[in-house]
Amino acid sequence: MIRGAAILAYVVRRTAILLVSMLIAAAVLFLLLRLLPGDPANALVSVGADPEQIEAARRQVGSDLPIGAQFVRYLGQLGSFDLGASFVSGVPVLEEIGRRLTLTLPLTALAFVGAILLALPLGILAAVKRDRWYGGVISVVSQLGVAVPVFWIGILLVTAFAVRLRLFPSSGFPTSGWRDPLAALHQLALPIVTIVLVMSASLIRYVRSATLDVMGSDYLRTARALGAGYSEALVRHGIRNGAVPVISILGIELASTLLGAVVVERVFSLPGLGSMLLSGIEQRDYPSVQGVLFVSTLMVLIVGFAADLAQRLVDPRLRGTSGGRS
Amino acid sequence: MTDAIPTLARASSLRLTPAFLVGAALVGLHVVVGLMTLLWTPYDPTAMTGGRLALPSLAHWAGTDRLGRDLFTEIMIGARIALAVGTGAVAIAAVIGVTIGLLAAFASRTVDDVLAATLDILIAFPTLLLAMLIVAASDGASLGTAILAIGVAASAIVARLTRILARRVLAMDYITAARVSGTGWLGIIRIHVLPNIWPTLIVNFALQFGLAVIAEASLSYLGLGAPPPNASWGRLLQEAQATVYTAPFGAIAPGLALVSLVIGLNLFADGLRDVADPTRRRR
Repeated sequence: MIRGAAILAYVVRRTAILLVSMLIAAAVLFLLLRLLPGDPANALVSVGADPEQIEAARRQVGSDLPIGAQFVRYLGQLGSFDLGASFVSGVPVLEEIGRRLTLTLPLTALAFVGAILLALPLGILAAVKRDRWYGGVISVVSQLGVAVPVFWIGILLVTAFAVRLRLFPSSGFPTSGWRDPLAALHQLALPIVTIVLVMSASLIRYVRSATLDVMGSDYLRTARALGAGYSEALVRHGIRNGAVPVISILGIELASTLLGAVVVERVFSLPGLGSMLLSGIEQRDYPSVQGVLFVSTLMVLIVGFAADLAQRLVDPRLRGTSGGRS
Repeated sequence: MTDAIPTLARASSLRLTPAFLVGAALVGLHVVVGLMTLLWTPYDPTAMTGGRLALPSLAHWAGTDRLGRDLFTEIMIGARIALAVGTGAVAIAAVIGVTIGLLAAFASRTVDDVLAATLDILIAFPTLLLAMLIVAASDGASLGTAILAIGVAASAIVARLTRILARRVLAMDYITAARVSGTGWLGIIRIHVLPNIWPTLIVNFALQFGLAVIAEASLSYLGLGAPPPNASWGRLLQEAQATVYTAPFGAIAPGLALVSLVIGLNLFADGLRDVADPTRRRR
């Protein structure tokens, strides 16, 4: 199987790139957090602590070591899946992240699926029916949508559906968590819709332009000349061709939604990964901030990996080429 | 089409597309209002001038906030803050981004690969998160850290764009000719690269300006922007959310101001692109 072998070779090469990217990400995070002013030890001592206390805190955090030694120590910890313990609560950071992800991951995944279900048909419609009024309306609305910050959409939805209509709660997450799925979903409805709207606005524009490219292509004209009907030609040849650029955009959108959850979680007071990052920043809880950022970066890189792989599977022309993007 | 010679008349008529005019008008309005607040505002922005959480009236066009301050005055000052952050952040992104992008374009293959991979990772991070990281690592949030953070975050995008554009120019035959005839690399940048890439860069700067305005509002919404009494739109919205059950109007007006500026900037950028890139005009 030449095809299987080529894909396997690609997976191996792309995995190597993934590992190198993780190392670079670890280095970038480490440098950003170290080179900027402010000693991580400051989080451990109160204002006006005497030099001895500060020195002890520095030893505990490891910020008294030379920067190279700190980096080696940090990589060693990452290698053994040790993200340290929170300065504030003392809970292992990895454990806390795991708990927070049970909210952030379903929130992101549901919103992602919702955005695809909304944006694909609307984007294709906007392209195919661009001469009709509703095609134009879809284009203009999605264009305006990208100018609206996610938190304002959240606030507007709260104003309309929680304050006025009282259909959904404005904030919080039930303490029963996912043991009562209906209550959890009811609580997450507005946050999910918020993300769906923001994500769809940019997604619709990409789907529309991908569809327009397909519609202007020579192969579509050939298929039509050979007797295929318009929608038949579009479905048989268009979807696979149009999917290639859309998949890479989907990867970027999914990644930025995972991280963009910070804002949405604040709007709706949800105890997810984003609020952990935010409270970590407010309390100067270094291990939590570093841990959340590292885990989010890993997720972003893995999503990128999956998107690249999916692209290869859809587009045979890409299979022989290497993984680097230019 | 009778497009034999692109005359000056046609070029100027292109500039006057309705979308571009609307964009320029919206941006211009915000600039005028923002500059005006330096000299005059309807009320003292910190003074309690009316009842708390009053509805819009002739005296208070956008109502009052939870302390009875005039919301319209605060929104006007918000325009000044948004424009200051946008200008500062884009300036930083332009200097850092164009420099790194040009370096990568001229560098050896290995250096270029490492720079490109690092830029890709930085770009994978949303601007906002990178900005939060920088605000977190510096000593407390201020207008300065917000500008710096957003500027640095945006410079990765500018760097990647500059690198791609510059490499495209550097692959041209006339660059080889210039090198053979003894033009140094600084000369090549000044004579050949910059004049060819700046139109695209300017369009990108306009888009980055809009993204910076959103990023600043988001940072202040999260409490990581300029501290009070700076009436950033993001902070106004955050405060309004707390009183949304009693006074929903306060949650709307600052958002409208913000969105109108960003839409204006996007339309403005689209219009600039049509002028800068003639191949797009017939679309």
